[in-house]
Amino acid sequence: MRSFAFDQPQDFAQAIRLGSGTGQGQTDATTQFLAGGTTLVDLMKLDVLRPERIIDLSPLQHSYDALNIGASGLRIGALAKMSSVADHPAVKAEYPAIAQSLQLAASAQLRNMATLGGNILQKTRCSYFRDPSWSSCNKRVPGSGCAAIKGVNRNHAVLGVDDSCIAQYPGDFAVALVALDAQLELNGPQGPRRISMESLHTPVNGQPHIETTLRSGEIITDFLVPAGPWNRRSLYLKVRDRASYEFAISSAAVALDMDGETVRQARIALGGMAYRPWRSREAEEVLSGKVLTEAAAESAASAALRTARTHGDNDYKPELARRTLVRALMQVKSHSMTAGI
Amino acid sequence: MGITRRTVLTGGTAAAAVGLSPWLPPTSVARSCVSGPASIALRVNGTQRNLMIDMRVTLLDALREHLDLTGSKKGCDQGQCGACTVHVDGQRVLSCLTLAVAVQGKHIQTIEGLAGTNGSLHPMQQAFIDQDAFQCGYCTPGQIMSAVACVKEGHARTDADIQEYMSGNLCRCAAYPKIVAAVKQAREKMEQS
Repeated sequence: MRSFAFDQPQDFAQAIRLGSGTGQGQTDATTQFLAGGTTLVDLMKLDVLRPERIIDLSPLQHSYDALNIGASGLRIGALAKMSSVADHPAVKAEYPAIAQSLQLAASAQLRNMATLGGNILQKTRCSYFRDPSWSSCNKRVPGSGCAAIKGVNRNHAVLGVDDSCIAQYPGDFAVALVALDAQLELNGPQGPRRISMESLHTPVNGQPHIETTLRSGEIITDFLVPAGPWNRRSLYLKVRDRASYEFAISSAAVALDMDGETVRQARIALGGMAYRPWRSREAEEVLSGKVLTEAAAESAASAALRTARTHGDNDYKPELARRTLVRALMQVKSHSMTAGI
Repeated sequence: MGITRRTVLTGGTAAAAVGLSPWLPPTSVARSCVSGPASIALRVNGTQRNLMIDMRVTLLDALREHLDLTGSKKGCDQGQCGACTVHVDGQRVLSCLTLAVAVQGKHIQTIEGLAGTNGSLHPMQQAFIDQDAFQCGYCTPGQIMSAVACVKEGHARTDADIQEYMSGNLCRCAAYPKIVAAVKQAREKMEQS
């Protein structure tokens, strides 16, 4: 690991002031915020991230880890630990997809360490990104090429990719958030603002080294999930190579606003499949106003994967994604009918 | 006294640290340290330990290489195996992904701090012996620290729960069925006391 300067700000204003070098969502920023450390310390050991300055946000944790459920929805401080939200009884009951996406992620130890804000900013698990002995990686070294396109790409993305990068977004929680129309509250040198979760991660557009729309020094302070009857009828289904403690090879977050057996509106996002947390409005449109049958779910799933691009080892993924989404939709329908919600 | 690899490493680090900038005490301004060694204080198993270490030293390396607490094991050193599991403020965490400098002032408990002061084993330690829940034993300190937390969290109610909530601790000898049995045995003891 390379040497760095270390700061522990005692309040939020100090953190923002010290964080002015964090760049604009860039992988190679010379200043990095440290929250749980489960991505940052790992990637520093691998020499993938080389910050010269680290700003430790942990002294601020208890000012930004509150959780409230009210008439307008769910609000969670961004420094809350994954474990505390995954285990929260009201979140499990009212926002099951949120609780499931956290509970099915990582291990108990990592969930005790990682914060929600850090979780959504976790980096891809692409092995060419994580190993600097590969000279080609546009995300790590802009303009150097992509070793994964003709390499071992079994768990690389098939949606939202281009010729510069096929890295997969590995997280679960962010997938549930984009499905449920979550908003993020940010604060930074230019003051507070609110953005949609969907607009946080930038499309690849030939610039995979720019990952988010965060401005220099900006910190995610809160997550807001708007209230709605579909939240109770939500589900996060995760498919992986082993039963626990593994990243998704396919996942789906779905939430249904139903009128009897007819879909008023479906909210659908896919994980383990795309360059960024992937909302599928194509699939949602197919289901809108339809009776939710398996055939309707299959049509929606086909629409969701229409633009998939595979690269050999990951040829299996679109079909897996379709089946994952169909199962998720039928499961949430059957569960909500059984539970009478 | 014989010179071991450990005394050479420890002595070398201490010597290198002489004359370098100390960690600034907590004030209303940010606590800062430029790169290089700094004086930090860790509270480990109830005892305050002062040490002079580089900012880059993980909690795992601080324990093993600077405090002679080698019970916590270095498996993958990448947060993937759980062998380094310790408790920080009562929560099980991975010491290999924790910077030592970031956990000053917190209560750190390692496998060495688990037994009673009279040497009596913790019910989880005894259960691992009774159930023969290890073969090579390398993952065992991490398994035990994780298992103690698993029971306290209330995540050891069923076999399926234990399997799910212990999945962050890999055992390449595959002693898993006996680990589940040990967690169940200790759970009953821990709930009685």
